[in-house]
Amino acid sequence: MRFYESKTAPASKGDLTPMIDMTFQLIAFFMLLVNFTDAEQDQRVRLPESILAVPPDEPYEERLTIQLASKDVIIFAGSEFSSLDQLSRALLVEKQILEAREKKVSDTTIIIRADRESKTGKVQEIIQACQTLEFLKFALRGKQAEVRVRSPSN
Amino acid sequence: MRIRHAGREDTTELQMTPMIDIVFQLLVFFVMTFRIALPEGDFSIQMPSASASATLEPQTSPTLQVRLKARADGELTSITLDGTSMSDFTDLQQRIRRIVRDSAGPGESGSDREVEIDCDYHLKYDYVIQAITAISGYVDPETRTPHKLIERIRFAPLQK
Repeated sequence: MRFYESKTAPASKGDLTPMIDMTFQLIAFFMLLVNFTDAEQDQRVRLPESILAVPPDEPYEERLTIQLASKDVIIFAGSEFSSLDQLSRALLVEKQILEAREKKVSDTTIIIRADRESKTGKVQEIIQACQTLEFLKFALRGKQAEVRVRSPSN
Repeated sequence: MRIRHAGREDTTELQMTPMIDIVFQLLVFFVMTFRIALPEGDFSIQMPSASASATLEPQTSPTLQVRLKARADGELTSITLDGTSMSDFTDLQQRIRRIVRDSAGPGESGSDREVEIDCDYHLKYDYVIQAITAISGYVDPETRTPHKLIERIRFAPLQK
């Protein structure tokens, strides 16, 4: 009668190099694409589309972004406001900060990111609130749309 | 006296576990914070305050008036340019092109004329951007070259 010796199988050492390789490549991919500067893009705001909405050639020297989501919710400096008075108070604080930094308020660009369904009057009210605090430069933000190429049959 | 055995070297085994741990944590962080940022662009509008606008130089050519009327639900009902009714934004653009004598040539610079957009309070903002797009320029669908028309755009005083 033969007896088989119960041998413990040798611990299999997997080659980790391809996995680490792949993981580092994934990290590099996400690191390159992560965008902390555009954190001012609230996902609730669905911007209107335009073929002429192209990013500015030069970045604005000073900028403040006011967002208007549907149901008239104003988002500014990480806070949500339901009335223009609250926005004006927050803008006043920003104005004082700009003045303390010896920056001209009139040179600051107010970027307005308004939802496509929001009321134009509300956007104008926001502009008026900014104007009373001497903000004069405004930029209306839109989403870049594809240019429709004319088909040869047309 | 100690005798060193030159032939016997200690093999140092690299501990991979902490590194893999950190690498995976980094990966999870970037995956969770990843958000596709769509390309966005701006339309500059001029909105001088009442006192500043009074000191501006008078315009040589009259300001064009674009009126956008809306229903209570915000849908667009009519477009007029200096009182003339337009069928849609394409029509408005064609009319603007005739006014500024746009030849669609390369490097054509925008006109120095000014447009004032007068909208109803409830008008959906999307229509305003469509109007601004029609007024400010167009992209040639064949050459994909942008052509500027009128860039001086402002809103008329707010009306409820």
